[in-house]
Amino acid sequence: MDILRVEGVNKSFGGLRALNNVNFSVEEGTVQAIIGPNGAGKSTFLNCMIGRLAPDTGTVMFGDISLTGMKPYEINQVGVSRVFQTPEIFSELSLMENIMIPAMAKRDGSFALHAFKRLDQDAEVRDKALHMLEDVGLVEKRDEIAGSLSRGDKRRLELAMCLSQDPKLLLLDEPTAGMSRADTNNTIDLLKRIGDRGITKVVIEHDMHVVFSLAEKVTVLAQGAIIAEGKPEEIKGDPRVQEAYLGGAHL
Amino acid sequence: MVTKISPARDYLLFGVFAIAVLTMPVWLAPIGAGYPDLLQKFAIFGLFATGFNLLFGLTGYLSFGHAAFLGVGSYTAVWSFKLLGMNPIPAAILAVVTSGVFALAIGYVSLRRSGIYFSILTLAFAQMSYNLAYSVLTPITNGETGLRVLESDPRLFDSSANADGPLISNLFGIEMTGYAGFYFCAVVLLIGFFIAQRIFRSPFGIMLRAVKTNQNRMNYTGLNPRPYTLAAFVISGMYAGLAGALMCITDPLAGAERMQWTASGEVVLMTILGGAGTLLGPILGAALIKYFENIFSAFNEQTLHEAFSFLPDFLEYPVVSVAGLFVGEGWHLTLGVLFMLIVIFLPGGIMEGVSRIGRLFRRSSSKVEPSGATAPAE
Repeated sequence: MDILRVEGVNKSFGGLRALNNVNFSVEEGTVQAIIGPNGAGKSTFLNCMIGRLAPDTGTVMFGDISLTGMKPYEINQVGVSRVFQTPEIFSELSLMENIMIPAMAKRDGSFALHAFKRLDQDAEVRDKALHMLEDVGLVEKRDEIAGSLSRGDKRRLELAMCLSQDPKLLLLDEPTAGMSRADTNNTIDLLKRIGDRGITKVVIEHDMHVVFSLAEKVTVLAQGAIIAEGKPEEIKGDPRVQEAYLGGAHL
Repeated sequence: MVTKISPARDYLLFGVFAIAVLTMPVWLAPIGAGYPDLLQKFAIFGLFATGFNLLFGLTGYLSFGHAAFLGVGSYTAVWSFKLLGMNPIPAAILAVVTSGVFALAIGYVSLRRSGIYFSILTLAFAQMSYNLAYSVLTPITNGETGLRVLESDPRLFDSSANADGPLISNLFGIEMTGYAGFYFCAVVLLIGFFIAQRIFRSPFGIMLRAVKTNQNRMNYTGLNPRPYTLAAFVISGMYAGLAGALMCITDPLAGAERMQWTASGEVVLMTILGGAGTLLGPILGAALIKYFENIFSAFNEQTLHEAFSFLPDFLEYPVVSVAGLFVGEGWHLTLGVLFMLIVIFLPGGIMEGVSRIGRLFRRSSSKVEPSGATAPAE
């Protein structure tokens, strides 16, 4: 069954056609990668799915729910989480608080006026946060301020924040960008591990090493259109993909 | 880190604070601040700054128009005296309600923008209220003369109590002047502080901090920042309205000058001076500014000559003339210098200084322990 179905999405910025009639679907429980050269429209595509940009035409369906026109927080509330290219965390708060916030958002909805409860006595949320921190290996640092973490740790924290909401669909925008080889491998291991929970993942990635070790299906975007789709091995040998990636070399 | 402060420590902090506030007439007497007029101001402006801090300290939204709510609270309180009688309790409750409604309207519009645009919008609204109070709304505000309670007012519930002297607010027979007035304000301040403390430790409080840190992440975490900021704005507007009512409870007169932008700026100074985002800071800042205003502005050349009389004459005169710039009319200069020093050297305000000193002591007393266990003082 498809958890996400994108049909006929177009998006232009002025005269630039960033997305040209894109059709795309993700099967539940799989890991799908979107690759493509710089400027192919990968990020625009992701932003159209998550409500940051409104597509000019076309629909984005998440199960039976149409995501087009929904606000980002509403999209999150139906079960879609997103990891950003540069980690978006609450950098002035502690790691624990960073994870308690999404856990509460999941439980209490987009707004709840709990002004007289004590946060530290909310055992459910605290246990959840501790558990998540343990999962990503940051439990030792739980009382540190998130802004003081290294880039790799920030990424892991952001991932833990998303996972604490038990999302149905997780969108990852270049999860290993700017990481060392060792950190990249750690992240791949982590992503593989969370694959066991049955969370569907869409990964936008530059690094072929990451794509081929994670994804079950790869979609190749170039100049705003899908040029190839299939298993990683098929994509590797596809001449059109070679062309799109290495096209510059022939000039 | 909010999550690390235990309930027991919070009650202790509240207890110590309550005792400190209630015994102010005793321990502030030696520095010349132990008289009711000034003590009332400490409590009223402490409450005002505490409320302001709930918005600015937690969400980072800098409102430059909070004096408008102070004014709305004052006018409501005087109208409550005029129509219902001189009891301060309905006056305070009505002031909170009206300023809350007012804040809801202003906040709904202003919170569409953030940063400097939000500040400008709130400033514009406050100046608008100020000018309206002087012009169009004269039937409600009595314009330049200011709104007062008159003998001829209906005062539905205590018209029988025909006082001979000036009309003074009274709580079931206790007149709200002098120390009685101070204790009334002090109790209201303690209630306000208690509520603020609960908000600081609550899930709502952590959401407000999240607004300050990263609204984008909040949005993608399934949280709508708008109602959170609006709720914070309304709550802090209510605090300001209550403070405005207290001003009238201790002196039943409301004037439009209370809404001027200088008054809005003053509460910003108090909060930053004491330490935005801390519980005690804004109250300390408020007390410090009001103390300077009252004590330093009362100094004159004569007192300075007495203070420096130990110096030889040729030194005494230059010293007095330099020091003279900083007292009397020039007390703003002292305040300005102090504010600059604090913002430059202690960006976290007085509370940052306190926690730095605290850390220093802790380190020297227990060198064996790892220094990781430093919680910020609140």
